[in-house]
Amino acid sequence: MSTETLQKTPLHALHLELGARMVPFAGFDMPVQYPLGVMKEHLHTREQAGLFDVSHMGQIRLTGANAAKALETLVPVDIIDLPVGMQRYAMFTNENGGILDDLMVANLGNDELFLVVNAACKDQDLAHLRQHIGAQCEIQPLFEERALLALQGPAAVKVLERLAPEVAKMTFMQFTRVQLLGKDCFVSRSGYTGEDGFEISVPANAADALARRLLAEPEVAAIGLGARDSLRLEAGLCLYGHDMNSLTTPIEASLLWAISKVRRVEGERAGGFPGAAQVFAQQQNGVARKRVGLLPQERTPVREEAEIVDEAGTVIGKVCSGGFGPTLAGPVAMGYVDIAHTALDTPVWAIVRGKRVAMKVSKMPFVAQRYYRG
Amino acid sequence: MSELRYTEDHEWLRTEADGSVTVGITAFAQNALGDVVFVQLPELQSYEQGAEASTVESVKAASGVYMPLTGEVVAVNDQLDGSPELVNEDPLGEGWFFRFIPADAGAVAQLLDQDAYDRLIKANADA
Repeated sequence: MSTETLQKTPLHALHLELGARMVPFAGFDMPVQYPLGVMKEHLHTREQAGLFDVSHMGQIRLTGANAAKALETLVPVDIIDLPVGMQRYAMFTNENGGILDDLMVANLGNDELFLVVNAACKDQDLAHLRQHIGAQCEIQPLFEERALLALQGPAAVKVLERLAPEVAKMTFMQFTRVQLLGKDCFVSRSGYTGEDGFEISVPANAADALARRLLAEPEVAAIGLGARDSLRLEAGLCLYGHDMNSLTTPIEASLLWAISKVRRVEGERAGGFPGAAQVFAQQQNGVARKRVGLLPQERTPVREEAEIVDEAGTVIGKVCSGGFGPTLAGPVAMGYVDIAHTALDTPVWAIVRGKRVAMKVSKMPFVAQRYYRG
Repeated sequence: MSELRYTEDHEWLRTEADGSVTVGITAFAQNALGDVVFVQLPELQSYEQGAEASTVESVKAASGVYMPLTGEVVAVNDQLDGSPELVNEDPLGEGWFFRFIPADAGAVAQLLDQDAYDRLIKANADA
């Protein structure tokens, strides 16, 4: 895609001013790193606070008395009993139980739900919502209207409470309306780094001022997509299109935890989402392959698409995400492997440039999550 | 110490007093790669010009380092095993990759000189 056709977020000028190296990502011209560099940006986020522009992601509002009930027909997650002021992780499934996208759903109260979906999937998600539940609730895309900032790291709360003291009381996955610099924002205590922090939905025309205000705080540095990827990988978090796609189910993706109890086989509102039968069958009978954490035992980074073999050299899987973890100070990966090789500490090998690199099936997250649970 | 020569793949070469040639990647290359986290050094053997003798891994991606001229690798910079960041910190010095004996000693002088390489960088920057 040529640069002329790339979309720009409301912070585009700021990225250029900060000296970001821009790359095309999901149709947007996005900062992959700033002059600090991926390694230092990553470490800064774990030590202090990082500000990420994630305005390319899709924000969608669902309104109506039946919105929660309607959304439940598309996700294996409890939306009806999602408390007001809380957010939950969910995924859209297809008729085979494959994952169409993963998303965050928040209950704003007053029959209003607030969704954040992946940038690359947002048009498809919007069409999916309109097709299946368009008659049952109002669906309002906020793609142009709102920007999304993430403020992540142990100092994030200290920084944001200078602008809005009430955010300090929020706990992990709480979601609330907050005035920041006099503008109506939605703030959730969540993120994609494994650290404590916030995601801030801000009117597009107020995003630049808010970002500059946050960057003016001594703890905050601008962080690009490069460090966002290494942070989420260390935190064991899935990236859609890499660690899961329409051909992988939540069971294969090791996301059973995200399927609410009430929507499972034995639950009060069991099933009722696309592909439920396939997902339940897999849960009961097991799956042929599964997503696992992988720690290379050498210094060689093992990257996406690398084949995974057993001791005999038989191909048993493929790496779906991999790279270098600055906090771990070593390579880190996740991959899909045949179920016989998914036990913790199982030795497996990746083929990198024709040579074997020893890896060990490892528990995730690789770096302990530090969410604030009160 | 002789003056540096360059390739279009952003490697530098320096002919040493003993006739061997030291190879590394340029400041431009390390900056473009970003933080280097691993270097797979070549084997002590002969490589054809253009062969992928070495690989440099940054946080973001793996990139090949190609044999600038046909020759035999006689030494590698083992320091990069434990300190790959030397490639970023001192690309023209401590961050060297390997030394080789070119099959044709005169070939080094045919590579880009400083002026030609500077023009190449400028052309890249303007592109």
